Amino acid sequence: MMEQLGVLAWTWAKIMMIVFPITIAVAYFTYFERKVLGYMHSRRGPNRVGPLGLLQPFADVFKMLFKEIIVPTNASRFLFLLAPVLALAPALTAWAVIPFDDWLVLADIDAGLLFVLALTSMGVYGILIGGWASNSKYALLGGLRAAAQTVSYEIAMGFALVGVVVLAGTLNLSAIVHAQSGSIFSWFWLPLLPLFVIYFISGVAETNRAPFDVAEGESEIVAGFHTEYSGSAFAVFFLAEYANMILISALAALLFLGGWLSPFQGIPVIGDTFLGAGGIHWFLLKTAVFCFLYLWFRATFPRYRYDQIMRLGWKVFIPITIVWIMVAGVFRVLGWYGS
Amino acid sequence: MPIIEIVFYLFSLVLIASALCVVTVGNAVHAVLFLVLAFFSAACLWMLLHAEFLAIVLVLVYVGAVMVLFLFVVMMLDVNVSPGSEGFTRYLPAGVLVALAMAIQLFLVIWTRGMEAVPMPEAPDKDYSNTRELGKLLYTDYLYAFEIAAVLLLVAIIAAIALTHRRRPDAKHQDPGRQVKVRREDRVRLVKMKSEGEGG
Repeated sequence: MMEQLGVLAWTWAKIMMIVFPITIAVAYFTYFERKVLGYMHSRRGPNRVGPLGLLQPFADVFKMLFKEIIVPTNASRFLFLLAPVLALAPALTAWAVIPFDDWLVLADIDAGLLFVLALTSMGVYGILIGGWASNSKYALLGGLRAAAQTVSYEIAMGFALVGVVVLAGTLNLSAIVHAQSGSIFSWFWLPLLPLFVIYFISGVAETNRAPFDVAEGESEIVAGFHTEYSGSAFAVFFLAEYANMILISALAALLFLGGWLSPFQGIPVIGDTFLGAGGIHWFLLKTAVFCFLYLWFRATFPRYRYDQIMRLGWKVFIPITIVWIMVAGVFRVLGWYGS
Repeated sequence: MPIIEIVFYLFSLVLIASALCVVTVGNAVHAVLFLVLAFFSAACLWMLLHAEFLAIVLVLVYVGAVMVLFLFVVMMLDVNVSPGSEGFTRYLPAGVLVALAMAIQLFLVIWTRGMEAVPMPEAPDKDYSNTRELGKLLYTDYLYAFEIAAVLLLVAIIAAIALTHRRRPDAKHQDPGRQVKVRREDRVRLVKMKSEGEGG
């Protein structure tokens, strides 16, 4: 019994070692977002709190924590308060199977990819329940839009991942990264280029970010599902959304860009130096690139119309992914990629 | 292994309680949410039996997709929040009948397999892949059953679309190809003319 409690305590400590950096990363992701958007709009972004505005995220967090949570009249009180938790829990749980380095993973389970997919698909409950429990038309509409969009794009995303599984021959995330080792051209972005693009675009749609952010389209439905939320309840929704964005970026890096593998691996001279060795820094760098893409999209593209979102998901992405799964199968049979 | 047993009884309790709540609560949305909880607890129980592929697929398919659509529909229905008494008593006989039939089936299965306690499955060794084993079984021993199930699902999909798809002549459609092809010259005509200002 004592031994099991020890294991439990150690696991809990490991969970904290993942959750705490993610929370900090989310805080600085919001800072990064405001800075990037600022410079893309030819302005400076936050620069008042602390040097270069670096303490701005903490100012925001403390402001939100000290604000009152207002529960609307006739709202379903329990579900209203449960919804942010339901949004955050899967967003953090999915990180349990993400391998940060060759040995650095909390739960190296066999069906890791499926686990991530299952948990990201559960995140929509927070949005749906939050929208319903608010007793507000805007919130309900936002929740319904989010649900329809998430379910639609999940299919394209799942099919894109099937291509990865075909080439890697496994669902374990560490093994998928190992299957890509060799050089930058044996990473899966090259044989699965259409699936790579579709995966990331579907990921943007799954997290309800611009240009697919109709779930909280300000110009139409105020703020969508979190119209009625304030204070720390709103902050939790915010945290969940950004944790999900970083998760999608991390998965894109793992599945298509070789995770912790070095891009210089396999190059004759440079590959033998320290640059050729894989490590967590490469993984974080690749993840950061995708995070930046999220912000770039937001600053660049106008919002999609709702029917166009549905058309893109069902009539464009799903057929392309189905065709490319067959192509990936041909690659596998010919022995060009995969083991 | 006390901790495993505690976890098992915890999830079983949640499963039974939430399944009971599905039929007893008055609010349809709450009922759907309890059903989600029941599915999730069942998935956790399967996970304890080392059937990780099935457990995750249960969450992915039922919790992540089917129940979301269910909730979606129920939220848009204009159902009265009834205390749940009148419908409950009316359908109680049918429900009891179904429950009895299922209980008898379960009993028969357990009875034919032997009544003695079955030990917890051993934790498989590290190289064992639940997914791989399942895939091998499905695509070799049970290939025909698997393919027949797939064809049945396909028929169901086509039937569902055929039943709900009605061609409405007055519906307006957009043709994205034509929308993209439009150039400025097709829509806007720039006219050059002299100013008609004051004193002209």
